[in-house]
Amino acid sequence: MTRAVSAAELRPRTYTHAIRAAGLRIRVGRTRTAVDGLDLSLGTGVHGLLGPNGAGKTTLIRALATVLRPTEGTLELFGESVASVGGHRAVRRRIGYLPQEFGYYKRFTVREFVEYMAWLKEVPKADVPAAVQRAVERVGLADRADERMKALSGGMVRRAGIAQALVNDPEVLLLDEPTVGLDPTQRMRFRDLLQELGTDTCVVVSTHLVEDVAAACTDVVLFAEGRLVFQGTPDEMAAAGNADHPGDSPLERGYSALLADPAAGCAQERGAW
Amino acid sequence: MSKESEEHASVRLVGDYARGDTDIAADEVWALEAHLEVCAACRARLSAAVETGVPAVASLVVTVWSGLEPSLQPTATMRPRRRRPVWLSAWLTPVMAPWLAMTVGVVLIALALDLAGPGFGEVSLVLLLAPVLPLCGVAAAWSRGLDPAYELTAAAARAGLHLVLRRTVSVLALVVPVLLVAGGPAGVSAAQWLLPCLALTSAALALGAAIGVTRAALGLMALWAVGVMAPPLITRSESTVLDTDSLPVWGLLLALGTGVVIARRAAYTTVPGTTR
Repeated sequence: MTRAVSAAELRPRTYTHAIRAAGLRIRVGRTRTAVDGLDLSLGTGVHGLLGPNGAGKTTLIRALATVLRPTEGTLELFGESVASVGGHRAVRRRIGYLPQEFGYYKRFTVREFVEYMAWLKEVPKADVPAAVQRAVERVGLADRADERMKALSGGMVRRAGIAQALVNDPEVLLLDEPTVGLDPTQRMRFRDLLQELGTDTCVVVSTHLVEDVAAACTDVVLFAEGRLVFQGTPDEMAAAGNADHPGDSPLERGYSALLADPAAGCAQERGAW
Repeated sequence: MSKESEEHASVRLVGDYARGDTDIAADEVWALEAHLEVCAACRARLSAAVETGVPAVASLVVTVWSGLEPSLQPTATMRPRRRRPVWLSAWLTPVMAPWLAMTVGVVLIALALDLAGPGFGEVSLVLLLAPVLPLCGVAAAWSRGLDPAYELTAAAARAGLHLVLRRTVSVLALVVPVLLVAGGPAGVSAAQWLLPCLALTSAALALGAAIGVTRAALGLMALWAVGVMAPPLITRSESTVLDTDSLPVWGLLLALGTGVVIARRAAYTTVPGTTR
């Protein structure tokens, strides 16, 4: 018999933000610095990571997933530093991660794939079938769960990817471009799911679609050339732009205004936070 | 049933609860319900108490059941299709299967060549190949290029030396018996190649901590082909590297490799060669 509330869930938190980075620098390759002196604190909620192509979003998410080691600076997850080598195991159990180019075994069925990921994430053996079923239902793949991955469409594969990220009930959920390949209906369902997850999870969604951010995110993190340009609510980002800036919506105008003039964003960020 | 519920609810309490007695204290109700959730014996006693003592509730339960039963029966649980057991994926990834099949194929070809005739003189191809063959599987075990799920695996809690070793062990468990069987007809004794085989595998893992397991395995295979396999095949004479005299050297290499792997075990948790 499992208890409804575990002791681990009742334990007081010893950290203020699930993700905290200070002076974070990550080098990719020999010379390129993809993340350059980043200070960032992310707590519970849905954080939209926005930025132009090559801004370093993927590198940052890979570092948050503890796959990449930071070159410099501190990175804390759940109040524990992950800059040091080793000891990632306990932290990784509490992370869900969907890579941008996510590979899978074509011959696995959706259920086998999510089950295998649950095993890799050290979900207790007795909880695996229920956790897999719940994750698959959450992304709306329950009726296709016993089909092979190679028989699925691109959008369904991505949903299977989201299911594997959810299977261990993560406290930090890192999604790199999760809406690519989803049709409009699925995208709306996904936003609802994000909002639901954001009530008790720290969700980081990297995207280049401004409308995703407007619909589902409580917080925008604007990122360009490895530096933080702006952090605030979507409304604050919309307020940064005016009619002169290019874009079809207030949010897009705010986005281009902040990218064109990063100093304005930083000043506003100081005021807002 | 759980160990902690050795104390059971009293007959009086269960009877009162079944009758819906309002006199039971709230904390007692709470404790009783918590106990009933984990204790099948007490649930059975409760259901017996309801049936004998409270006909109104019993008839209500019967009515509800008769109403539910028709809708419950048609939903027969679907038989899932043939399932790949999790323990299998836990030891072998699908990526490794073709490499292992290729390894077995190479052993069979080497054996056939050995048996076909003394084309290569004194040298047995099976013996020359045996120490490096598991490296093919090891290369596929932890490879960024070959394994599509590498990024997902690398970020999982189980990633690291533990997983690499697990996959290496399953490669050895499949390849070594094949080599043992092939060694019989080829006239090769396991004593000659088993230690070099283990030493090379541990060397691949040890180097893998620095340059990636795949690169290390492929590098060692290339070295082996040039340094150990080529000379005897050209000169048609026995290789000195696989003499029984050189076994201490292989043992030393195995110990060294194992030591490095243990010392550098943390290096397997992050992507090797972050500077790609």
